[in-house]
Amino acid sequence: MKRIAMLCLLLALGAPALAADEVYRGLGQQQGIVQLVETFVTLLQADRRIGHSFEEADIPHLKEKLAEQFCVLAGGPCRYTGKEMATIHDGLDITMAQFYALVEDLQIAMERHGIAARIQNKLLADLAPMQRDVVTR
Amino acid sequence: MLLGSTGMALAELPLPDQARLLALGGASQVEGAGGGGLTPWALITGYGSRDSYGGNVHYSGVRTQDYAIDSTGIAFGFADRFEVSLATQKLQGSQAPLAQLAITQDIVALKLKLSGDALADQDRPMPQITVGIQVKRNRGVHGLDALGVTSVTQLGARSDHGIDFTLSATKILLDQSLLLNATVRATKANQFGLLGFGGDLHDRYQPMLETSVVYLLNRQWVAGAEYRMKPRNLSVDNEKDAADVFLGYFLNRNLSVILGWVTLGDVTIFNPRRQHGVYLSLQGGY
Repeated sequence: MKRIAMLCLLLALGAPALAADEVYRGLGQQQGIVQLVETFVTLLQADRRIGHSFEEADIPHLKEKLAEQFCVLAGGPCRYTGKEMATIHDGLDITMAQFYALVEDLQIAMERHGIAARIQNKLLADLAPMQRDVVTR
Repeated sequence: MLLGSTGMALAELPLPDQARLLALGGASQVEGAGGGGLTPWALITGYGSRDSYGGNVHYSGVRTQDYAIDSTGIAFGFADRFEVSLATQKLQGSQAPLAQLAITQDIVALKLKLSGDALADQDRPMPQITVGIQVKRNRGVHGLDALGVTSVTQLGARSDHGIDFTLSATKILLDQSLLLNATVRATKANQFGLLGFGGDLHDRYQPMLETSVVYLLNRQWVAGAEYRMKPRNLSVDNEKDAADVFLGYFLNRNLSVILGWVTLGDVTIFNPRRQHGVYLSLQGGY
C-alpha cells in the first residue's frame, strides 16, 4: 500500500518538465482558443445563474479580450489589451457563486472541445486566483 | 405569533447555492466528515459557497474477509467555513465464531476552516487548513454474550468514549491535477474507536499522520490513495495502519460514488488474518 501511494506521488511529481506553450498547443492554438471562447460565451449567455450579467455586454469585444487573455495565460504568442480584472469587475457585486458558475461553464466548454483534462486544469490554475479580483461581494 | 415568526425565518433562509465546483466538496470519510475515504480533508463538505450552505447524507461500507463495517450519516457545511456531521458506524463479523458480533459507535464531528482557499490559492504555497474534533461514543458489543463481553472495556479499552482532535491541510495543485491532504490526528481510539479508547499498553493521546493523494482525472472522475496511521493501545489487538486506493465518480453535485480497496490489517490477536476488501461510499446531497 505504501508503495502504491509512493508510486502515485512519484508519477505526479516526476512528470517531465513541459514546454512553456504546452497549454497553448493543448487548447488548439489561436484557432482552438477562438472556438473555445465562442462556446464558452454561448454557455455563459445561456446560463440561468449568470446569463443576465452579459445582456448589456459588448459580446464581440468580450470574446476578443477573453481569447487574448486565454492565449497569454496559455503561454501563446499574444498580448492582452483589455483592462485589469479588478477594474472590469469593480462595482459589479459579483458573488462567489457567480464566479464558480463561470468556471464551470469554461470547464464544460473545454470538455466539448475535447481538451485534455490535464490542460484544462493548467488553464484553471492560472484563472483561479483571479477570484480575489473578480468576487467583490 | 411564534409560528408566524418561525415561518418568516424559514422564508428568509436562502436556498443552498450549490455553487462550489464538482468534486471539491469531497466525499464522506469513514467517520462521516468531509474528506476522502479514511481521512478528513480541510475542505468543508457540501457545495455551498461562503455565502451559503450545503449538506449531504452518506452510506459507506467496507467488506473484508471476516468483517463488515457500515457507516451512515448526515453532514452540513456552512459558509464554506464550518462543518458538522453525525454518523453511526457498525462493525459486524461475518464468519463463525464471530458471525453474531456487532459493535456500534456514534460520532459527532465538527470542523472549522482556519485559513486558505484550496481553489483560489493556486499562486500561493499556503494550503487550506482546518481544525476538527470527532466525539465518539461506543454503544457496546453484541454477539459475545457467551463470553460475557458486552463492552469494549472488557476487551482492554480504558473507555467506551473518546475525542479525536484533527488538524488538516489540503492543497489542490491544479497545475499538476493533484489534491494533496495531510491530517494529524491526536487520538486514543482503537480501530477508529470500534474497540474503544486507550488500553493496557497506552492510555494517552498520540499523534497519527493521515495522508491522501488524489489525481483529478477530469471534472467528474478522481483516483486516489490514502494512508492512515493507527495507535496500538491494546495487547489483544496488534493494530495495523489502514490504507486504501479508490476511484471516485461525481455524477453531479447531488450524487457521488467512491469505489475502492482498503486494507485494515488484522483485527485482534484472535484472528491474525490481514483484513482487506472492497470499499464503497455513496453520497447524496447539495
